[in-house]
Amino acid sequence: MADLGTAGVALALFGGAIRASTPFLFVSLGECLTELSGRINLGLEGTLVAGAMSAYGVSLLSGSPWLGVLAAAGTGALLGALHAGLCSLARVNDIAVGIALMVLGTGLAFFFGKPLIQPRAPMLPALHFCVGCHFAPLRAALDINPLFLIGVALAFLLRWGLANTRPGLVLRTVGDSSDAARAMGYAPRLVRLWATMAGGSLAGIGGAFLSLYYPGSWNEGLSSGQGLIAVALVIFARWRPLACLFASLLFGAAGALGPALQSIGVHQGSYLFYAAPYALTLAIMIATSSRRHTLAGAPGELSVTR
Amino acid sequence: MPAGMMSALALRLGAWPRARRRVIGRLAEAWLLPILALGAALLLFGGFVAASGADPADAAALIWRGAFGTWFSWQNTLQKASPLLLTGLAMALPARAGLMVIGGEGALVLGGLACAVIGASLAGWGESASAALFAQATMLAGGMAAGALWLMIPGALRQWRGVNETISSLLLNTIAIAVMNQLVEGPLRDPASLNKPSTPPLSPALMLGHVPGLSVHVGLAFGLVLCLGAGVLMQHTRFGFSAGVNSGNPRAALMVGIGVGRLVLIACALAGACAGLAGAVEVAAVQGSATASLAAGYGYSGILVAFLARHNPFAIIPVAILLGGIEASDGLLQRHLDLPDATVAVLQGFVFVAVLAAETFSGRLSQWFGARHG
Amino acid sequence: MSLGPSFSRRTLLGMASGAAAGALAFSQRARAAGALEVGFLYVGSRDDYGYNQAHAEGAAAVKKMAGVKVLEEERVPETVDVVKSMDSMIELDGASLLFPTSFGYYNPFVLQEAKKYSKVQFRHCGGLWVEKDPKNAGSYFGYIDECQYLSGIVAGHMSKTKKLGFVAAKPIPQVLRNINAFTLGAQLVDPSITTTVIFTGDWSMPVKEAEATNALADQGIDVVTCHVDGPKVTIQTAESRGIYTCGYHVDQAKLAPKGYLTGAEWNWATVYQNFVAEMQAGKPLPNFVRGGLREGIVKTSPYGAMVPAAARAQTDAVKAKLVAGDYVIFKGPVADNTGKQVIPPGTSHGQTDIWLEKMDWLASGVVGKT
Repeated sequence: MADLGTAGVALALFGGAIRASTPFLFVSLGECLTELSGRINLGLEGTLVAGAMSAYGVSLLSGSPWLGVLAAAGTGALLGALHAGLCSLARVNDIAVGIALMVLGTGLAFFFGKPLIQPRAPMLPALHFCVGCHFAPLRAALDINPLFLIGVALAFLLRWGLANTRPGLVLRTVGDSSDAARAMGYAPRLVRLWATMAGGSLAGIGGAFLSLYYPGSWNEGLSSGQGLIAVALVIFARWRPLACLFASLLFGAAGALGPALQSIGVHQGSYLFYAAPYALTLAIMIATSSRRHTLAGAPGELSVTR
Repeated sequence: MPAGMMSALALRLGAWPRARRRVIGRLAEAWLLPILALGAALLLFGGFVAASGADPADAAALIWRGAFGTWFSWQNTLQKASPLLLTGLAMALPARAGLMVIGGEGALVLGGLACAVIGASLAGWGESASAALFAQATMLAGGMAAGALWLMIPGALRQWRGVNETISSLLLNTIAIAVMNQLVEGPLRDPASLNKPSTPPLSPALMLGHVPGLSVHVGLAFGLVLCLGAGVLMQHTRFGFSAGVNSGNPRAALMVGIGVGRLVLIACALAGACAGLAGAVEVAAVQGSATASLAAGYGYSGILVAFLARHNPFAIIPVAILLGGIEASDGLLQRHLDLPDATVAVLQGFVFVAVLAAETFSGRLSQWFGARHG
Repeated sequence: MSLGPSFSRRTLLGMASGAAAGALAFSQRARAAGALEVGFLYVGSRDDYGYNQAHAEGAAAVKKMAGVKVLEEERVPETVDVVKSMDSMIELDGASLLFPTSFGYYNPFVLQEAKKYSKVQFRHCGGLWVEKDPKNAGSYFGYIDECQYLSGIVAGHMSKTKKLGFVAAKPIPQVLRNINAFTLGAQLVDPSITTTVIFTGDWSMPVKEAEATNALADQGIDVVTCHVDGPKVTIQTAESRGIYTCGYHVDQAKLAPKGYLTGAEWNWATVYQNFVAEMQAGKPLPNFVRGGLREGIVKTSPYGAMVPAAARAQTDAVKAKLVAGDYVIFKGPVADNTGKQVIPPGTSHGQTDIWLEKMDWLASGVVGKT
């Protein structure tokens, strides 16, 4: 039985990393886009929660979970537009706006989400990659939600698009220097508006994954701070979409490690397992920062790296 | 305000000397702008309440009654405001020196934990009044020291490694809460705390009491005194001036010969001490021991309090009272209008957004007063 | 700004007087009726399919009684906030009977309030009241481990792998007692049965609860139950993994039509209605109310269709003895999972034995650590 135990842990970690990482993946890709345009959105926690609520509500009312995902993206885009609009006003601080929208987003989600706690909404389906196999743990680990695959594809797409397409270049130019972008005839405000809206809608989809797939329920305690920590993930990944994917898998696996180890009777320091990726992010920041230059890869206009 | 009234006011102002007009302009900016923003937020909220099927006038009456309508409500409001005074300072003080440290939550939690541990080890000191006083001072000082040391980390990392203090302090919050939980459920757990893991309870003699005449714990007094003290520090001393120079332009600060490193560290330490004190008060006046309930989000609310107060310690007082009042009305809205508990969070969100957006007009109003009729 | 100042002033005046009238109206409404104002405070949301819903269902039963007005507040944290909420119910609404339902409210908050308002009655869920505490405070409490024991018997019959799972919040006595009762029940069917327990660290951690349920299923466990505030996630996740579940707090059969075997439920309606009726009759309220199946404070969910007759028969037999009051769950010899004998042969710890309330061990056959 011991063999199945450790194999079980490996499988639980593998499956858990995929399941728990998807929200991290979406919020970090979203935040990555926003930050590359030169602005930080600390309010993605509110966006994530509002996205989760609207996805659940729309799925319940319409019967279609994919419409729910769309609604989450729309909610996220709206909150993103609000963030971008407020930040484009002179003398308005983007950190403060982020935290204000965290309060507003979660407040609205909890307000409208009250009647949604009890009903059961139609869930997103899983794709079964373990066709015809009879080993239940493996089958479960290979039941993968399409949103995860979309997220992975998006990470590759963003990596390619940021380097090789015109919008990608414009985005990075705006993020590196507003003046340069203006000189080239681009309006930084508009670019940032689009980037923040796109970032918000991705965070909203991350929330939809929580409420419509895993854990697949709506209540006030649904998010465990995935949106708040998106900022750290992006720095961990140094603004590279593929590294966001890697970082999300790591953070997801760290969350899955505690329960998986307990299932074979290892019970030490579960809180510390959970905090480990955050400590690791901090250690990486300390190791790679320097007084002389900003973090490698950081957008020049980003307030938090100057 | 209607345009007619505005211009009549301006006409009358036109007869006043320029210096006084500028003062009026500044006052108008400090008070009028936030009040207009607050009004806008309330209107928005009224529409929101109406749309969700409740009567906005009822809601307004209940919020007023729950927050400021009776002497009882006032005490409730002040109680809710007390931790926000301290966590607001924890954000505002480093911000005055140009640092966006959002680590108040972590410093609060560790301050509370330190206070609980010290208090439990001084249990015997509760026997005489003077020894108890000394023990209480030690507990609070311990909480402040723990918070100060914790928030000096982001300050030091920023100063000597160039690590962004906003992100590092955000990460430190998560780490602090995990450390607290691990300790409270592990080595520091009182074996008698059966169903709610906590550190050993403080002896009742070591618990902090209420502000005389109020049913509000002494945290309120600490908060008020520290806000006033910090206001004086920031606006009337060399330290405050240096901090201001540093926040505007670190290079200029170097040229004036201000020790930037020391300045940043002191600002962070003071901030951490305030948040740590808030945690210590939570333990010594409310909970009686350190538990998971310490991480109640006061640190995050403090960030918004500070921004709404534009990092002015004096202004933190009315802002904290306003937010405390909104929170105090939560129960009545739930009980009488059957509105969800998140209603007050929505109102707070509207207030934050409106006041932050109004910030963009700052500077223009005093200009308007000064220039147009000057 | 075409609206003149007079318009806005009139509107404002109108609003203010309307508001004043409204405020007057509700304070009068309450007093004129002479209704008994009863306050309920919940730590989470009322419809969480769990702990808080169980209490809210009790409150709903009180609402149906004549001459009672029920005041409810949700998501009240275990901080000074709960003191202020109770204050507000008493001072602003005239509540005279309060039910703060979360365990963490009692010490120091309910105790403080009971001292401050000696005319108001406080009854707290959790069984913490002792003789030295204020007489206007009190506790009520249910022996839900009896139902967990019955769930264990059903689970023991249904499990093919002989491995059960338990998703728990924290290793505290009430939780450990449930885990042990569940395991001992299952071992009646087959002494070789094990229960693997996973602690999530807090009362409401949806992602971790789902992760824990999956990790259990990955270990070949085929019946899962839980002790967290909202079992919805655990039950749904187990259902999607195709394994059986036993519910907790309230009936969750609707969430898992294929795998819901039975469940351990609270029946607070009786407790609350009794308190309120005694208050209305002007009788003194008891300080300590506790009981199990016999007193009707706990109940079991109806069996799922998949539970076979043999399992039902054995469970019903034990249940009948529990209802009659002549059955002891924690009866020696019982060893803990480190091999130490915790209950020697011939020793019985009946439900009222406070020794059980200090439980800090996991029975032999439980995989896990306190």
